[in-house]
Amino acid sequence: MPRQKIFSVLLPALAGALFIAIWHFIRVSLSEDFRFLLPSPTEVISAFREHGDELWRATLNTTTGATLGFLGAVTISFTLSLLLSLSPLVRVTFYPYLMLLQMTPIIVFAPILVLWVGPGLKSVTIITFLICFFPLAVNTTQGLVSTDRNLVELFRLYRATKFQEILRLRIPAALPYFFTGLRIAATLAPIGALVGDYTAGSSAGDGGGLGFQTIIYSSQAKYPALFATAAACCALGFIFVAGVLSLSWLTLHKWHDSYERADT
Amino acid sequence: MSFAVTTNPSARPSIAIEFRSVVKRYGQGPVIVDDFSLSAARGDFIALIGPSGCGKSTLLKLVAGLSPVTRGELIFSTASSSPLLTTAPSSTSASSRDDLAYVFQEPTLLPWLSVAQNVALPLDLRNTPATQRTQLVRDALALVGLTTHADYYPRQLSGGQKMRVSIARALVLSPQILLLDEPFGALDEMTRDHLNEELLAIRERLRWTAFFVTHSVAEAVFLANRIIIMSANPGRLHREIRVELPYPRTPATRRDPAYHQLVDEVSQLLRSVEDHSTV
Repeated sequence: MPRQKIFSVLLPALAGALFIAIWHFIRVSLSEDFRFLLPSPTEVISAFREHGDELWRATLNTTTGATLGFLGAVTISFTLSLLLSLSPLVRVTFYPYLMLLQMTPIIVFAPILVLWVGPGLKSVTIITFLICFFPLAVNTTQGLVSTDRNLVELFRLYRATKFQEILRLRIPAALPYFFTGLRIAATLAPIGALVGDYTAGSSAGDGGGLGFQTIIYSSQAKYPALFATAAACCALGFIFVAGVLSLSWLTLHKWHDSYERADT
Repeated sequence: MSFAVTTNPSARPSIAIEFRSVVKRYGQGPVIVDDFSLSAARGDFIALIGPSGCGKSTLLKLVAGLSPVTRGELIFSTASSSPLLTTAPSSTSASSRDDLAYVFQEPTLLPWLSVAQNVALPLDLRNTPATQRTQLVRDALALVGLTTHADYYPRQLSGGQKMRVSIARALVLSPQILLLDEPFGALDEMTRDHLNEELLAIRERLRWTAFFVTHSVAEAVFLANRIIIMSANPGRLHREIRVELPYPRTPATRRDPAYHQLVDEVSQLLRSVEDHSTV
């Protein structure tokens, strides 16, 4: 392995080991009465073993909600952005409401949503959708309307149809903006699903997600299990972000300046 | 070679484009181009030079149909033998502009397409069959000497190479009329001189009618057979200078005393125009 690669694996591993060591040190320095506040790493691992099935099921449920909401937001925001970019009139009419949507406090909206569609996956998906929608729509619209003026003239000069202009110029030119929105949405989707599940989750049917488990574990004072839940949330978020970053790299690295290597 | 040119056998040079008292203003704004008349013969290489704001680039946009003529007429001849075709004010005739290509000030490449794909763009937009397209792209890239760079992306190229791709893209449709809006303005002098020589070498083979906007007197004299000096506010045709230096022109042309004399003459005319324009 080249030196660079060894370092990029070794250094984070060392930092992780140091973190666990400090964690352990703080725990042993606490007096016996307060040790429950900070479970040891081994306790967290055994919590995983003990609650493995329900944590796995909860993680899957939250993943489903996060994925559905995320994909829904991508599809619908992209379509809306196209409409907004095509007509300044539509843009002027609906943009304020797009902003308003972003201002909607999810905590307030969740009970209303539960009333409408019932608790569980449907509510969680819609809440995730709402949280992801705004950064996607704003960035994609921005990208679609900031096409280089000269390139637009070039397409007009060669008498490209409006359809060709959108498909072969405006959409590719908007991709870097779209991926900026997608990266933001990817960090928000798991959080959205978690918050959604916390406020509108349900044990009925699928048995709830990680947000719902959080409520149960905290009411039962199962602190190691809470730490295990947090770890599962982290893993989920990591998978989302890593997935979007890979997709972004695959799409843009050949031509976009943000992926230009320093040595070329 | 798919860039074969059908030469007109008639001795009298036929007209490619004619401006008849063309006026251009945007809305109620100031007049950009005023009473501009010029007739360009097939194969003419016309350089447009003048102070900024004299409407040189606007003239190219009018020819390209990117912007309508306010008053006057812009007349294209379609094929070598057919009668002239008139474009009335604010109407654009589709057939007249099919054989036209534009090279912008910037390379204006699509960064997500490879060099070959960029050159193929005008063909793609017209749904040219793939087999034909490959050959045309290869020929165009060979003309500008970038055959080995076909799979590169624009960001991997130097400024001069990007401009070459831009020229190849303009040539891929075998245009009859080539509009160049200060294409080498952003390049260093060495690269610019070199590309000027290449452009003339390509012209020897393809014989388009060219309109070339520039700020460089030396470039105008080296390339053109006619130099149009414009005055600004509003943009008017001030003087025309015929450049009688024989083609093909080579680096040796730049050492010709006649060349230097012309550069001096045009520079002086340009200076007098600029003195007038800046009141």
